[in-house]
Amino acid sequence: MTAVTPAPPSTVVRPAPAGAVPPNRPAGRSRLRTLAGFAFGAALLFAVAPLVLSDFRLALLAKYLCVAMVAVGIGIAWGRGGMLTLGQGVFFGLGGYAMAMHLKLADAGPGGMPDFMQLYGQLDELPLWWRPFASPWFALPATVLLPMAVAFGLGSLVFRRRVRGAYFAILSQALAAAMVILLIGQQGTTGGTNGLTDITGFFGYDLDDPVNQRMVYFIIAGTLLALLALTRQLIHSRYGELLVAVRDGEERVRFLGYDPASVKLVAYVVAAGMAGLAGALFVPAVGIISPALIGIVPSIEFVIGVAVGGRATLLGPVLGAVAVAWARTALSERFPGTWTYLQGLLFVVVVAFLPGGLASLWALARRRDVAAQPLRRGWLSLGRRRAERTEVPAA
Amino acid sequence: MTVLFGQLFTGISIGAVLLLIALGLALTFGQMNVINMAHGEFIMAGAYTTYVLQQSITGAGLSLAVALPVAFVVAGTMGVLLEVLLIRRLYARPLDTLLVTWGVSLILQQLARDIFGSPNVQTRAPELLTGNVALPGGLTIANNRLFILALALAAVAALTLALRLTPLGRRIRAVVQNRDLAAVSGIATSRVDRTTFFLGSGLAGLAGVALTLLGPIGPTMGTNLIIDAFLVVVVGGIGQLKGSVIVAFALGVLQATGEYLTTLSVAKVIVFVAIVAFLQWRPQGLFTLRTRSLA
Repeated sequence: MTAVTPAPPSTVVRPAPAGAVPPNRPAGRSRLRTLAGFAFGAALLFAVAPLVLSDFRLALLAKYLCVAMVAVGIGIAWGRGGMLTLGQGVFFGLGGYAMAMHLKLADAGPGGMPDFMQLYGQLDELPLWWRPFASPWFALPATVLLPMAVAFGLGSLVFRRRVRGAYFAILSQALAAAMVILLIGQQGTTGGTNGLTDITGFFGYDLDDPVNQRMVYFIIAGTLLALLALTRQLIHSRYGELLVAVRDGEERVRFLGYDPASVKLVAYVVAAGMAGLAGALFVPAVGIISPALIGIVPSIEFVIGVAVGGRATLLGPVLGAVAVAWARTALSERFPGTWTYLQGLLFVVVVAFLPGGLASLWALARRRDVAAQPLRRGWLSLGRRRAERTEVPAA
Repeated sequence: MTVLFGQLFTGISIGAVLLLIALGLALTFGQMNVINMAHGEFIMAGAYTTYVLQQSITGAGLSLAVALPVAFVVAGTMGVLLEVLLIRRLYARPLDTLLVTWGVSLILQQLARDIFGSPNVQTRAPELLTGNVALPGGLTIANNRLFILALALAAVAALTLALRLTPLGRRIRAVVQNRDLAAVSGIATSRVDRTTFFLGSGLAGLAGVALTLLGPIGPTMGTNLIIDAFLVVVVGGIGQLKGSVIVAFALGVLQATGEYLTTLSVAKVIVFVAIVAFLQWRPQGLFTLRTRSLA
């Protein structure tokens, strides 16, 4: 069989967008509603949840909110930018490991070495690349900047060469695979399969103390709200519109004189930074970071929450991620096998039949036609080959 | 020198496994532009088919010979079911297909766990395939590796001939090159899609049988292999076989050499970096057809 390629896309239908972008709304009312929404969310997270939930449940919620932060980033990169990134675990892990390394070193005290290094490795002194992490002034910025740098490196290489779609998804997944194998292989300096465990101190606070756990929860909740505010600004800016335009018609955007590669790169790097921050906060909340938390499987599980909630909406990814994580805990404790079936079904049903996620049900209930479109597209496109192009939203 | 050839052969045998898996993917990905994450579970289905057949057929050699066609049909049928029930409905949504088939693969894995149990199971290899071939110069080559290499090459040859010479192959090539034009020329493209999926998934079944010779089989055996196989297809260029053949062996040798010079984990990273670097040079893969499209 000689040189052939798939049918050229110029004749092929474009994928239906995951969620139509809301048209420009009247700015004043929208801003008021957003503020009210944020106030409501803040009240829920800061007042209601700590009062209602036990310490144990609150710690779980803290963990879910970290997953939700990753989901917000995926919402930008995938929902808004059309880049299905199956390797967010890598950035989550980079942030998490950077934080855990610092906390381990802080635990060990000046000149000390983390406990596991004496166990596995015949190391006499701290490896060179661990040393900078002893300083919080290096480690804390690194939790965000390191993932962003890796995303920038990979993204600027592949987007510029127009590697996209499924190719990009596979590359991002391969990155996760490579990272995990590297971590496990370098057991002496990374803790191998076990990862970095027994993290008990957090900048002088004892994490076993419920009061301090609560403080960590508040930090996480506050960070999530801040990220949501940032995301809202981002997707309602001119850049946000450009990002959606790139998703729906990359070539058109190129012909209009923009550089789609840079547009995508920004979204990818921002998503990586959010995942890194989430990983960094995950460590004090849960006390461990390990390859099992960041590999291929967790990376793709980050995506399912986003799909369930509604990939192209602001709150959808957060609610979806928290709901899926909660359902997982609730079900997998009692019926581990059933949860796997359910998770598989969730992927199939939501992505195939409800590509706009639960957010599109909400929109349908409110009869907001524009926002409901993804839902109808999802149902209608079943078994039918659509030849329509998607509308590029008016700027 | 001996070491060099030893590493080279290790690389080639890694490449042969990759090739067996990637062939089916190249076929389905190339034709329908669909990422089938459940391909790894078709491999698993092929492996478990061998295991089940060995429960009733005692002769290891005979059971292996029977397993090859049976696994092909079992995995192929699963592929057709998947295509008919889900994938064809997601036509033109390749990224969504990826996630949906991932869900299917989760379900299939759990199914395998419920039927066969989570621990890995072991199959018996025929005596013929357990020994080594001694080559002059102190080299030995494991028989099972040699068998897998032969199987992979036979699959490539059979597939190439089928695509070149048979009417079915002609139809498949037509659909790959230009689906719309093929459709207006009177080719029932959806039937061709189904056949392609049967063949591609069947090849995964064959790969599963081959893998039983290399080690124990378990519910998650497919997941780890599938990503490397996808990389082969991406780097090789989709829609054709020769790219996949070359890249499978190249990646195998690179992996083995990297492993020999450094460690397994570093070798994986080297392979990944090499792939990203390669895509800088040829973003569409090794072999592509020049088209006027904007892809």
